[in-house]
Amino acid sequence: MKLVIAIIKPFKLDDVREALSEIGVQGVTVTEVKGFGRQKGHTELYRGAEYVVDFLPKVKIEVAIADEMLDQVVEAISKAANTGKIGDGKIFVLNLEQAIRIRTGETGTDAI
Amino acid sequence: METHLFQLQYAMDTFYFLVCGALVMWMAAGFAMLEAGLVRAKNTVEILTKNVGLFSVACTMYLICGYQIMYGGGFFLNGIMEVDTAAILGDFATREDGFEGSSIYSGASDFFFQVVFVATAMSIVSGAVAERMKLWAFLAFAVVMTSFIYPMEGSWTWGGNDVFGLYNLGDLGFSDFAGSGIVHLAGATAALAAVLLLGPRHGKYGPNGQVNAIPGANLPLATLGTFILWMGWFGFNGGSVLKLGDIASAHSVALAFLNTNAAAAGGALAALITSRLIFGKADLTMLLNGALAGLVVITAEAVSPTPLQATIFGALGGVLVVFSILTLDRLKIDDPVGAISVHGSCGILGLLLVPVTNADASLLGQIVGALTIFAWVFAVSLIVWSILKAVMGIRVSKEDEYEGVDRVECGIDAYPEFSRD
Repeated sequence: MKLVIAIIKPFKLDDVREALSEIGVQGVTVTEVKGFGRQKGHTELYRGAEYVVDFLPKVKIEVAIADEMLDQVVEAISKAANTGKIGDGKIFVLNLEQAIRIRTGETGTDAI
Repeated sequence: METHLFQLQYAMDTFYFLVCGALVMWMAAGFAMLEAGLVRAKNTVEILTKNVGLFSVACTMYLICGYQIMYGGGFFLNGIMEVDTAAILGDFATREDGFEGSSIYSGASDFFFQVVFVATAMSIVSGAVAERMKLWAFLAFAVVMTSFIYPMEGSWTWGGNDVFGLYNLGDLGFSDFAGSGIVHLAGATAALAAVLLLGPRHGKYGPNGQVNAIPGANLPLATLGTFILWMGWFGFNGGSVLKLGDIASAHSVALAFLNTNAAAAGGALAALITSRLIFGKADLTMLLNGALAGLVVITAEAVSPTPLQATIFGALGGVLVVFSILTLDRLKIDDPVGAISVHGSCGILGLLLVPVTNADASLLGQIVGALTIFAWVFAVSLIVWSILKAVMGIRVSKEDEYEGVDRVECGIDAYPEFSRD
């Protein structure tokens, strides 16, 4: 099993969610995060005082999937989250050792 | 028949004071919302507590002794319960200028109208000391300000008394219609004394003259607060005509409302344009301060300017307030909501503009009045704040300031489900 973590632009969340639904991914966890990569921040003024806006709002999506689904999932997220502009985000793939469904106790791919 | 007309005039003028007093009371909500919106989330509950607390302290202390000091109205409002209808009708009958003479109204309505002005003056201080002052030190100061400091300078101005028997401001040609100096400059001066002893918020000023932004947590609330203040100000200036019940007075009241509104609009626009020119973008918080600046300026003289003059006077305030805010920051005087600039700088401007449209006022009188108010309030406030600083401390610790005064002083979060840090 794999845990796919994707950091994307917030307004792309709906597109990515739909794309994942379409390929049969059933569960998703979403967190609001801040971050930057090579996309640099900029300065704004508040009552004449400068402040740097470098941490930009992003959304982190986590999906637990079976190994076979990996390529499809990565492609779906990449396509849906892409705008071609700087700050589109990144996808990380981790090995997922175990997954358990709390309600029933199912484990492994039965749980995801 | 004539006595019935007098009864009606008494009722109308009394009612008018009560309604205007209620509008000025509503300004307390305006201050509370404005300040709550401009501080950080972790300091919101404390500033709200301060606002409701100071209003209550003002109402109580002014009742106990403030009104007596300022107007001789009786300690604990002694005598206010009586209404001698026959004597009052007698006053009407012998009144100078007859029906068009000075208004005669219930003493209770006079107190009600006056006490909300005291609360307004005190409320100005709470924004300037936000995010780092101890709550109870603030409330202790409020007791002294509303029972003594304000009533003393009020007695030398609206009260008509000599300043320590030395000179009389009214005789010198001092005129402050609704309190640009008596209320707003006084509040700002007490705030300045506090801020000088308190010091800036941690992290506000950097080592190389750098000024760091500390954005407010809730700009919709700040905006709501500004509009509430704007509306309440109609009572502040409108009520200061002190009479409604004859043609000339009613017209003056209408002009006061009109000019108050025009000045706010002028101030708002001027601040908007000024911030666009200086910062490259409109700054909502400057726009809000600009509207209030206009209101403060026109408060010194709300009836005699033409509407265009009122707009321009307000606009001058709107420009001044932006530069004043920037200057205070450069001087490392940290004022989270711009209170000292809005009420102090623009209060002085308001006083100085009075002779432009009011021939009974003199520039000398305005200057002496402004200096008297400033010197008295600053000196006594500095003493009181210094005593409080020595006895109980006026500033929370650095760790407490970092955690937020809501948790430390109040034990309650303002936005428990949306905490950021």
